[in-house]
Amino acid sequence: MFRVCLAAAAIWGVAVVSVSAQPPVLRWGGDAEGGAPFVEADANDPTILRGFDVEIAELLARAIGRPARFTQAAFTALDQSVKRGDFDLALSGLEDSPAKRAELGVSVPYYAFGEVLTVRQGDRDRFRSLEDLRGRKVATLGATLAWELLTAAERDHGIQAVSYDDDVHPYSDLLLGRVDAVLLDNVLADRGMQRQAGLVTHPDAVATGYYVVLMAKEQTALRDEVNAALREAMRDGRLEALFRKWRVWNDDQPPMYAQVLAGADTLLRAADGTGIVRPDAWTLTTRYLPALARAAVITLVLSCAAMLLAVGLGGAIAIGRVYGSVWARAVLTTYVEVVRGTPVLLQLFVLYYGLASVVRLPPFVAALLGLGLNYAAYESEIYRAALEAVPKGQLEAARTLGFSAWQTLRLIRGPQAFRYALAPMTNDFVALLKDSSLVSVLTVVELTKQTQIFASNLGTWAIPGALCAAMYLAMSWPLARLAGRLERRWAAPTP
Amino acid sequence: MTTRVLGVEGLRLARGSREILRGVDLQVVPGELVALMGLSGSGKTTILRAVAGLEPFGGGRIDVDGHVLAPDASEHAELHRKVGMVFQFHCLWEHLSAAENICLAPVHVYRVPLSQALARARELLAELGVAHREGALPRELSGGEAQRVAIARALAADPKLLLMDEPTASLDPARRGELGNTLRELVATGRSLLLTSHDDDFVRDFATRVVVLADGLVVEQGDPQTVLTAPSHEATRRLLDLKASAAPVAVKR
Repeated sequence: MFRVCLAAAAIWGVAVVSVSAQPPVLRWGGDAEGGAPFVEADANDPTILRGFDVEIAELLARAIGRPARFTQAAFTALDQSVKRGDFDLALSGLEDSPAKRAELGVSVPYYAFGEVLTVRQGDRDRFRSLEDLRGRKVATLGATLAWELLTAAERDHGIQAVSYDDDVHPYSDLLLGRVDAVLLDNVLADRGMQRQAGLVTHPDAVATGYYVVLMAKEQTALRDEVNAALREAMRDGRLEALFRKWRVWNDDQPPMYAQVLAGADTLLRAADGTGIVRPDAWTLTTRYLPALARAAVITLVLSCAAMLLAVGLGGAIAIGRVYGSVWARAVLTTYVEVVRGTPVLLQLFVLYYGLASVVRLPPFVAALLGLGLNYAAYESEIYRAALEAVPKGQLEAARTLGFSAWQTLRLIRGPQAFRYALAPMTNDFVALLKDSSLVSVLTVVELTKQTQIFASNLGTWAIPGALCAAMYLAMSWPLARLAGRLERRWAAPTP
Repeated sequence: MTTRVLGVEGLRLARGSREILRGVDLQVVPGELVALMGLSGSGKTTILRAVAGLEPFGGGRIDVDGHVLAPDASEHAELHRKVGMVFQFHCLWEHLSAAENICLAPVHVYRVPLSQALARARELLAELGVAHREGALPRELSGGEAQRVAIARALAADPKLLLMDEPTASLDPARRGELGNTLRELVATGRSLLLTSHDDDFVRDFATRVVVLADGLVVEQGDPQTVLTAPSHEATRRLLDLKASAAPVAVKR
């Protein structure tokens, strides 16, 4: 017994020693969906990551003397994740901005990028700058520096900014003619051009920005270590070698390195010339309110139109399934099961991008159709159950009085089924109101997307989130009240 | 022969392999109040449903006021003017008021102007003693009131023959008497009535003729006083015995 205890103590002791001897891992977060040359899963072995951000993370980990470990996070959530401590560092081609500097710990810049304009080859001479694109659609990623530049150009040059959730579809839609130009940083533009033939990028940058490493604001010691490591790698040429390997090295880097090595922590002031005087939260909020209100109107109009389509089509499907022939019922049942059994996001993608070669639907129409067709399947099930819930005796009574099947449906079965269906329908409409946020993947800037843009500019979700929630509530609350009142009027106050 | 309102000859009806009616013969002439009696499952309700055009039948013939029914229970535009049916549970349309329940068929099926249909509905409700309930929804009516509204609805198109399934089932003795008197008045104005019942007192007091069914066949019929006092068929005796042996239990409760 004593020997066993001794052995256990020895093992425990070794374990403690080995754990304490090992420095804590340096957790870093990125989005592998962003792909090469930033962070990309190896095609042969998805557990292996490649990309210049991966190598920079490893370089930093080595310099700090801690083993690196990767954590996957969505690109738009990286700043919030690092803030709450999901990982120590975030790297994924993240842009420096005054908002980030206000809310997070930010490293010195490690790469200078230019926001460049890509157009179709045939438009090379026609569209050379944002001024040339008056009345035209220009695409970019939402909630980025380029998006800010485009919304400014909407005011100054009368262009129309289109927001995408990824950097692939802006270029494919440019080729399809859905947009007339794409403004993104030179790394993404190079990648887009490699994927799509027939595009050309103007070399002169519209603006300059910087990739940085993000940390939680209180991690000042870590920030100093990261800055020291980055400066060291700039000085001894390791960073240059790394960027050359990934073919993104260019003449913009040496002057930026010189400034950083001379002691500059950020180059934002030099970049846009207006200084980094950041408007306070209240000013930003009032500035964003009109855009949020506009986005809320889009959400409401889209939801109402999609619901109208869903109710009409759902009613027709339900009637077909209750009254139709065996074949009609089989077809309709298949439709309902396929639509209910697959994600609405996938359906939206197929409708907008998948069918683009056959029919080129405008974003709003595709969004309306996608949501409407999807919700029609759910509505039809509600109506079918409601139709079946009307007692058979009432229908037989109608038959003995000479009503046709159609008259029975219109005068007796339908009106009663509608009353049964009202509560679940209201529920679905409220769900649709919120599901409408999915259509931002089709470049429709609705309330949630606009909130995200606002939040990234402000550097925090607190105010935008509360405003967004209040607006959704303001839209769904009156409807729930109305439905509740109708239900009470029809409900059974038995004598 | 030509004066009969309802003629049923050799009616056969099966559901799957189960034969429910095995050759029923039955006639109703104007002014009659005929009661169908028999144990549960003897086919009483099925006869009513077949006559109302709700059940397809496999053999035999049904004619109502000269109209011969198609055996497949297909569309009977002409039939529905001639036959009205009151279901055991009334089956009023829950979303419509009493008056609207009565007007719906005249307005939408027979294209009677609404004002005229409404006037007729009020007349019927008054005749049946529930004029004060015209605005009430079905869920606000008592069982007896709902039954009277259902009778009014069935009479709105002025059919020659009224079918009633178990009209006394959910009525207390006082209401049963009132209903009997009302039905008497209906047949006195030239209509005919065919109903099913388990209640031999009611049948004795108000029916002009009783028809006893057993196992899908008519086994005995005639004047209720005679048939129900001195039954000649075993099935009728069994029916009355059951009633008699069940009665003390009902009293004890």
